[in-house]
Amino acid sequence: MSDLEAAFDEPAFVPYLCVGDPSVERTREYVQALVRGGADVLELGLPFSEPIAEGPTIQGSVVRALEAGVTPEVYLDFVESLDVDVPVVCMTYYNLLYQYGDSDGPESFVARAAEVGISGFVIPDLPAEEAGPLRAACDEHGLDLVFIVAPTTAGERLERMVELSSGYLYVQARLGVTGAKADVSDQTAESLAKVSQYDIPKAVGFGVSSGDQARHIVEAGADGVIVGSALVDIVAEFGDADGDDVPDRLEAMARELSEGVTAGAEDMAKPEGQ
Amino acid sequence: MSLNDETRREDGDTTDEDRPGTFGRYGGQYVPEALMPAVQELEDAYERYVLGNEDGFVDEFRRRLRDFGGRPTPLQRADRLSDRFGTEVYLKREDLVHGGAHKLNNALGQVLLAKYMGKERVVAETGAGQHGTATAMAAAHLDVPCEVYMGTRDIQRQRPNVFRMRLNGSEVNPVSAGRGTLKEAINETMRDWATNVEDTHYVIGSVVGPHPFPEMVRTFQSVISEEAREQVQEQAGRLPDSVVACAGGGSNTMGAFHEFVGDESVDLFAVEAGGSSLAVDEDAGVAPNSASLSTGSDGVLHGARTKLLQDSDGNVVESHSVSSGLDYAGVGPELAHLVDTDRVTPVNVDDDAALEAFHLLSQEEGIIPALESAHAVAFADAHPEQLGELTVVNVSGRGDKDLESVIEETEKRELSNAPSMDVFSEVGR
Ligand SMILES: Cc1ncc(COP(=O)(O)O)c(C=O)c1O
Repeated sequence: MSDLEAAFDEPAFVPYLCVGDPSVERTREYVQALVRGGADVLELGLPFSEPIAEGPTIQGSVVRALEAGVTPEVYLDFVESLDVDVPVVCMTYYNLLYQYGDSDGPESFVARAAEVGISGFVIPDLPAEEAGPLRAACDEHGLDLVFIVAPTTAGERLERMVELSSGYLYVQARLGVTGAKADVSDQTAESLAKVSQYDIPKAVGFGVSSGDQARHIVEAGADGVIVGSALVDIVAEFGDADGDDVPDRLEAMARELSEGVTAGAEDMAKPEGQ
Repeated sequence: MSLNDETRREDGDTTDEDRPGTFGRYGGQYVPEALMPAVQELEDAYERYVLGNEDGFVDEFRRRLRDFGGRPTPLQRADRLSDRFGTEVYLKREDLVHGGAHKLNNALGQVLLAKYMGKERVVAETGAGQHGTATAMAAAHLDVPCEVYMGTRDIQRQRPNVFRMRLNGSEVNPVSAGRGTLKEAINETMRDWATNVEDTHYVIGSVVGPHPFPEMVRTFQSVISEEAREQVQEQAGRLPDSVVACAGGGSNTMGAFHEFVGDESVDLFAVEAGGSSLAVDEDAGVAPNSASLSTGSDGVLHGARTKLLQDSDGNVVESHSVSSGLDYAGVGPELAHLVDTDRVTPVNVDDDAALEAFHLLSQEEGIIPALESAHAVAFADAHPEQLGELTVVNVSGRGDKDLESVIEETEKRELSNAPSMDVFSEVGR
């Protein structure tokens, strides 16, 4: 079992932050705060200039990180120097992997990612159809490749995607782009039902922003909850003041979400009707 | 298999070249998962309706191109340019298509296809506003609600087109990210599409994006070379020695080239925007040009692997051209492939030369071209020796939309052939 799969032994809380927003050193503090608050896996964004799957919140974060000078090299060094004991997933777009190193293709990036301790990838613009070379490189270096199942994914494509995916499945809670939402979409339960037969952890993301939502999602059968925009919102709103309390705020938010996940798991464990 | 393909294999890159939608090493479908079913649904619809003429789609498309679009457009011998260049010059007059540019060929095809597919809404991005205008016109004509995304900088440069879209009943959504040009508008349209994919068709504006778009848009635009090839043989009794067209995304280029690709004796020149310089300023993340075929490198942008302007890390840089329709960091994958296999020659001209050519065509032939098309004329003017004895220059659009920009840019420069602006100062502005 991979580190990632093991992290979903108990329902997991998976926060996302973009490395370098507003600076690499602040990201280090933020990440530590998230781990104190109960993060089980970290999805760390490597900023790309064309984040087409992101809504305004994460788009803004990516722009700030690029302005702060985060390149793939800076990112990889950061992960290497990170002192946390939860697995790290690299979330980025395909062109950055493709361009890394001397020859075209994702292999050099994956090799270096393995060296710095990255456990897997989420690449939102790489559907199963184009993932052959990256899947092969991940297999060679023992990394997981996580695919995103959308509400529109079905039939043969879904089967093929589950087959290609490792670590966990990223279940997109609703159509559209990333961004915090006040309610849990009805599509979530449907999407989870669609993948329930497959033997791989399922983590739900896109729009989750409260402990209550996290709890409901786990009750609906998820093995984990992914939260990005709601955390990035905190960084965006409070992140540039000197001596700010962003780490405290992130830790508190992480605790709420992580407790929501745990509460959802406990509800599931209770016998029917209690 | 070409030499390039073998090099690629050694690079450890194993994309299946026989898959539909790849052109050598280029093309593909690099889009978020939420869009894949829509892309595949489109692929299926393209094959049935466009390639298979199911339900008479092609017949209706051709009829509407004629009655609504004003096709065929003339192939006009340009007498004074011919004298000037010492070569027979024929102009393919896409500026005379309804709306003022070749863009309508594609927009009409796609909005009609959206209707055949039962989509309730279309979205589009636009740079020069020309594709947005064409889509808005086609949408009004076919009674389909339409929203257009456009960079804020382009909105400033292309006010008349923005108003035309509004006149035809389309919403125009400003996009302020980045430099506020075409690249950002495409990102934003993809986001809209991913959110509303179940009832919305994305009318992409050029031969770019995930398969089937590059091939489909080229098919809709091929009417340009289909007509030109017939017309030139009728009028001149022979095939041309060269065809010249400007390349932004490359849709008028592929449209003007497609039927000539098999004619080995015809040289094909894709004229890119050289902007103010061919260098890339890596620190600023800006290329002062849009010459991705001439200076770009392989990468993945907006759903396809192609040639693009990027820094050494793989972040896409902001492009520049005096003409907003050419101001794009990528280019169509098929065109990239035709360049790699030496079938198409990429060349470029800078902003100044394009402006001079804008004035040149206006004065010599009484045709005010789009600034995009002026790039093609500028190349012909600078290198008549490469055109052979008979050339076809594609005038992709008319320049009305550009007049505000041209006044501003002309006042900034010393152009040898610009008209005097005295008449304004005499009466006061
Ligand atoms: C008149 C005209 N010509 C050319 C172009 C460039 O696009 P493409 O290279 O896709 O034909 C545009 C784009 O807006 C245009 O408006």
